[in-house]
Amino acid sequence: MSGPCIVVVGAGPAGIRAVEQLVGAGLAPIWIEESPDGGGRITQRPPPGFARGARALYGADAGRAVRLHATLDALKARCDWRPDTLVWNIRPRDGVLHTLQAGARQAEQRYDALMLCTGAMDRVVPVPGWTLPGVTTLGGAQVALKTQGVAIGARPVLMGTGPLLWLTALQYAKAGAKPALVLDTTSAVTKLRAAPGLLGNLPTMLRGIGLNLGLRLRGVPMAEGATPLAIEGEDAVAALRWRDAGGREHVTPCDAVGMGWGLKPEAQLADLAGLPFDFDAAQTNWAPRRDAAGRAPVERIYLAGDGAGIGGVEVAELAGARAALALLEDHARPVDAALVARLDARLLAEARFRIALEGAFPYPVQLAAAMPDATLLCRCEAVTAGELRAAAAADAPEMNRAKAFSRVGMGRCQGRLCGPPAAAVLAAALGVELAAVGRLRGQPPVKPIPVQQVAP
Amino acid sequence: MSNSADVVILGGGGAGCSAALHLALRGARVVLLERGLIGGQASGVNHGGVRQQGRHPAELPLAIKSRAIWARLRDLTGSDAEFDPCGHLKLARSEAEEAELLRWNAMAAEYGIRPRMIGRNAIRADHPYFGAQVVAGSLLEEDGSANPRLLAPALARAARAAGATLLEHHAVTEMAHDGQGFTLTAQGLRFTAPILLNCAGFWGGEVARRFGEPVPVEPLHPNMLVTEPLPFFCPHNVGVVGGDVYLRQIARGNVIFGGGRGEGDPAIPVTRPRPDAAFAAMTRAIALIPRLAEAMVIRSWTGIDGQMPDVLPVLGRSHTTPGLIHAFGFSGHGFALAPGVGAALAEMVLDGATDVPIEAFDIARFQAQDAGEDVWKTRL
Repeated sequence: MSGPCIVVVGAGPAGIRAVEQLVGAGLAPIWIEESPDGGGRITQRPPPGFARGARALYGADAGRAVRLHATLDALKARCDWRPDTLVWNIRPRDGVLHTLQAGARQAEQRYDALMLCTGAMDRVVPVPGWTLPGVTTLGGAQVALKTQGVAIGARPVLMGTGPLLWLTALQYAKAGAKPALVLDTTSAVTKLRAAPGLLGNLPTMLRGIGLNLGLRLRGVPMAEGATPLAIEGEDAVAALRWRDAGGREHVTPCDAVGMGWGLKPEAQLADLAGLPFDFDAAQTNWAPRRDAAGRAPVERIYLAGDGAGIGGVEVAELAGARAALALLEDHARPVDAALVARLDARLLAEARFRIALEGAFPYPVQLAAAMPDATLLCRCEAVTAGELRAAAAADAPEMNRAKAFSRVGMGRCQGRLCGPPAAAVLAAALGVELAAVGRLRGQPPVKPIPVQQVAP
Repeated sequence: MSNSADVVILGGGGAGCSAALHLALRGARVVLLERGLIGGQASGVNHGGVRQQGRHPAELPLAIKSRAIWARLRDLTGSDAEFDPCGHLKLARSEAEEAELLRWNAMAAEYGIRPRMIGRNAIRADHPYFGAQVVAGSLLEEDGSANPRLLAPALARAARAAGATLLEHHAVTEMAHDGQGFTLTAQGLRFTAPILLNCAGFWGGEVARRFGEPVPVEPLHPNMLVTEPLPFFCPHNVGVVGGDVYLRQIARGNVIFGGGRGEGDPAIPVTRPRPDAAFAAMTRAIALIPRLAEAMVIRSWTGIDGQMPDVLPVLGRSHTTPGLIHAFGFSGHGFALAPGVGAALAEMVLDGATDVPIEAFDIARFQAQDAGEDVWKTRL
């Protein structure tokens, strides 16, 4: 094979725009995607044969989704496209990935350059009752609607904060599953304070206001600055008990709950690659280190999209293209300097906007830290917040030690879900800053792999 | 300023923390210096086997001494580190391996250790989950397992409560002996003591070298895996003759198993499990217990231990430096021994000698020419 062996992991907006640049430069990268098809999450594609159109599925993002999907489909034939393939380990010193295809077949893949476009997942705050059937994440609620055309419930409560809350709520309302309540933990005052910064991306800000207006026009009950207290029900979700900004308690009957407080990078592969992580105080997230173009401080590795720090779909597209150009530059391929400059300028502006956006919809660290002792914090290992606090009292100064003592984050999801709220609980119990307790170290496999192996 | 102590201990693994506890309980002024966190390497990442079965005869008295401490660990530390005397079942996968079990059992009887042999028919009847390759087993009911994440921290908490000073994130940058005692520097602090215990695991080799006693110690990275929880079926800690796979099922249902070696760089330090070792262990585990074929592995890990060429630890007094006592290079079997090693070290410091024979672990043994094949040499 001639030329460098380039592997791109992930076929969401960042991966699509990265591969587009690489293919445009005459390269044919290996393109690995965990799902059966690409398209990412926010612009997730329905399976073949589903009838709902792009406008109904993606709303204001319909044009973007159509463009991304068209590019994706055109690129598949021009690279080594490998869908339904999980990259579960990376050995950076040898430049090798370990993959699991179709959930069964193990293989190794060497690389000379590796672009990680691994996306994001929802951040949650466990509340009493969150493990009842009928509770899902906002992202999960969205994916159910977009890929399968099903709602999580006929009268769901959607709660959390961030653009995804309003977007999901409006999508549900339009699809005929009008939310019983949209509970936003961020107060109106907090959002107003962030408004000047949001003017930096006026179209996005206006779309946000549009989502909010759309919900009000449809008569969806909305509460801002509210606090979820418990999801109630015997065998399934029956109601949400919550407190409004004025301190009054309410019980809202519902048949499902979708919840999410912004996103966190899915950065386990970057972790296994040995990248240093930095705490982004604006996002309340740990993110793998990279330069503005997407080069990682570990040789041969590039990062783009939400997996390298949350930026949203627009930033993911820009960053994917930019990181691919960095990769091409590093391999002495000609790149369009004007395009590089344009992408850099856009990314810089978007980064400023992102800080304002995070300020408008902050992760409620206090809410997580104040979790009652009896609340199940780590659902895989059934560890309560109280048990984690006991571990803190037994001298666990950071997350990995707390994991060793309490089993938080030791289960099937490896702390992908409980990691952020557990850090909030631990930091509060120790009386230290959130960043001081660190983050759960990644360990292979990134996701479970079968003990039984099938040769490639 | 200088912090003077009776004993400085290098290394906050199981052996070092146990030594700190046993010394402090008898009134010694103890400082323990740990470069990372207590129990962060070999003591914390191993399989968690607490067994006497299968050990080299030279290790048996120490294992027996340690087992007695495991029995009273809760009284000693306030935590049992999830010690469960669930029995250690060592399996034979061939007639030659069955003969090996019998040979060991005959030797162990001299030490009062009497495992129960389980023959071909009985092992099918009692343990129907084993695969066809299993032809016999030897069960030592008083053996068991514990949670390696908990042992060293529990010993450390008790040692602190007894008055010892244990300092984490205190890597030693200078150490010397001036004829009278030791002076060490860590985090800009100076520590002095007439006695130095070298419990530094793999890094114990570097400490020995600094005092003119180089030994051939290699880093050892046990390759560990754990499955998602499965319905409970396996009551014993399970090993095999030859040690190429070992497993146990914890009460929660997860099967913890290991085999082969990970990789790492002790200089950083960083360690990683190796997929090829994991696959080999997975294949062996399925051959042993076919139902594991349906399970999913949720995590793998490793750490750094020190391995000696003869797979026995270095334990005993220095031949170059008065007051220096070594306890390192446990070669993958130190976890179960740790409580006993700490007790023995305390006895050597305070009483001048310990009641278990340790001559076989003398650091000078590597200077002698190879004395011939050791018929008890084992790996894990």
